[in-house]
Amino acid sequence: MNVAIDIANLVAIALFIYGLHELNSPATARRGNRLAMLGMAIALTGIVLHTQGVGWQAAIIGVAIGAAVGVFAALKVKMTAMPQMVALYNGAGGGAAALISTVQYPIATQAGSMDGVVAVSLVLSAIIGAISFSGSIVAFLKLQELMTGRPVTYPGQQIVNALVLLSIAGLAIWFVATLGTMPAWGFAALLAAALLLGILFVLPIGGADMPVVISLLNSFTGIAVAITGFEVDSTLLIICGALVGASGTILTVAMSRAMNRPLTNVLFGAFGAAAGSEPAGGGAGGPQQVRSTGADDVGVMLAYANKVIFVPGYGMAVAQAQHSVKALADQLEKRGVKVLYAIHPVAGRMPGHMNVLLAEANVPYNQLLDMDDVNTEFPTADVALVIGANDVTNPAARTVASSPIYGMPILDVDKAANVVVLKRSMRSGFAGIENPLYELPNCSMLFGDAKASVEALTAAVKAL
Amino acid sequence: MTDITHLVELLTVLLLAVFVGFEVISKVPTTLHTPLMSATNAIHGIVLAGALLIVAAVFGADRGPLLGTLAVAAVTLGAINVFGGFAVTERMLQMFRRKEDRK
Repeated sequence: MNVAIDIANLVAIALFIYGLHELNSPATARRGNRLAMLGMAIALTGIVLHTQGVGWQAAIIGVAIGAAVGVFAALKVKMTAMPQMVALYNGAGGGAAALISTVQYPIATQAGSMDGVVAVSLVLSAIIGAISFSGSIVAFLKLQELMTGRPVTYPGQQIVNALVLLSIAGLAIWFVATLGTMPAWGFAALLAAALLLGILFVLPIGGADMPVVISLLNSFTGIAVAITGFEVDSTLLIICGALVGASGTILTVAMSRAMNRPLTNVLFGAFGAAAGSEPAGGGAGGPQQVRSTGADDVGVMLAYANKVIFVPGYGMAVAQAQHSVKALADQLEKRGVKVLYAIHPVAGRMPGHMNVLLAEANVPYNQLLDMDDVNTEFPTADVALVIGANDVTNPAARTVASSPIYGMPILDVDKAANVVVLKRSMRSGFAGIENPLYELPNCSMLFGDAKASVEALTAAVKAL
Repeated sequence: MTDITHLVELLTVLLLAVFVGFEVISKVPTTLHTPLMSATNAIHGIVLAGALLIVAAVFGADRGPLLGTLAVAAVTLGAINVFGGFAVTERMLQMFRRKEDRK
């Protein structure tokens, strides 16, 4: 029987790795996910065989509740809310790892199997799992706009965080040194401090940086799961956790690199908090002088253009405008206009957020250009239509050394012959800074909800 | 109780898995980053397996209602992670397929 379980684990791990490999290409991605699901089913079957059904009633209750909640939420949630759903599911995984440690602690102590390795892995997976759990919930609350998306800062914040971190380290060392024979409140305090640290660590990070945070927390949970593997002696958990830990790290680094800021700056810089008070545009600081325009004018401009580049951002996601955008593109293509989409790596709130939304609207993915590719296209484009994107188009990132986003690679929309910005109001973006783009002579603003504006443009083009 | 040889084996496995993770994942195009994050999120739902082991350990001997409740809670959270994670990934990827068929 044990051999059968080992083989089940082997097959499951092979399926996970091959499934991830298939996720490399849009053509095979779906099969990749299916293979990973199959792997999970095989792995879980193996575990049930391993436990020989002990405690099956309790297990079924837990699985039934979890599966019902998870699947129901996944199917009901709007596409725009996907990032925060991933954050929630990730938090659940981290919470599970922390709970496993919590239960394993008295069991190992009673069984006399608590040694250095078990104590270290137990305490580490409890800490990392708890941080991931509470951090993910804060990320969810921020993205769901149940709390402010702005960075939350207060005097002495770094000192408070450092103290919490130190107390975690102290309690952890105490736990390992006494091999868990310290009073039980010590472990409870450890968990509480780790939960607190998760909250404190995500609070000062603004909504614009949430992709990086979710990616990092995903990686944290992976690491916690790998360590849990040492705790319960399971290579399955070690391998799967390590795979996710590695991927999450890569994604996190790639995201920070796209913003041209070191990860430490994202996490500890409280980006945008101080910037709100100073006008970063380098102007007089008064209200910006912008040119407002109407849908009919823009419609004419688009209809007679040769090349139009759409620049979608979070505003498109909020307004659920992706289908309207696709309809406008169809109208323009019917008239022989070449339509491209410029995808900034941090547009939206997750890496690839824009890609997912536009894919939902059936936009062919060869029209979606990455930043480097599309920046060579702007100088020959007649119109750059910015749909609810702000900071990723801010030329201050190239020119104003004092700007908090200085050095961040941006989409060079200002190089296009005309720039039309669809925007709800003159409110600044997540970074909380002014965008000098709007004052350029080739730029005009079309105020309103992104979806309503795009539909008005489609109607205007159709009427010509 | 952990014997050192076994620990070194586990560490070897860990190290190799990290390298495989870097290799297999670093090639994914930006387009698929969100589904990828979602899929890896579902894969660390394997923590459910650990939770099931814990449930067996708790209910195999009578360890009282507190540990029982915590163990069931661990299973519930793990199951949310697995089932929700895969369902969300599947929903995201369905969108890619429609286009695939059309092309």
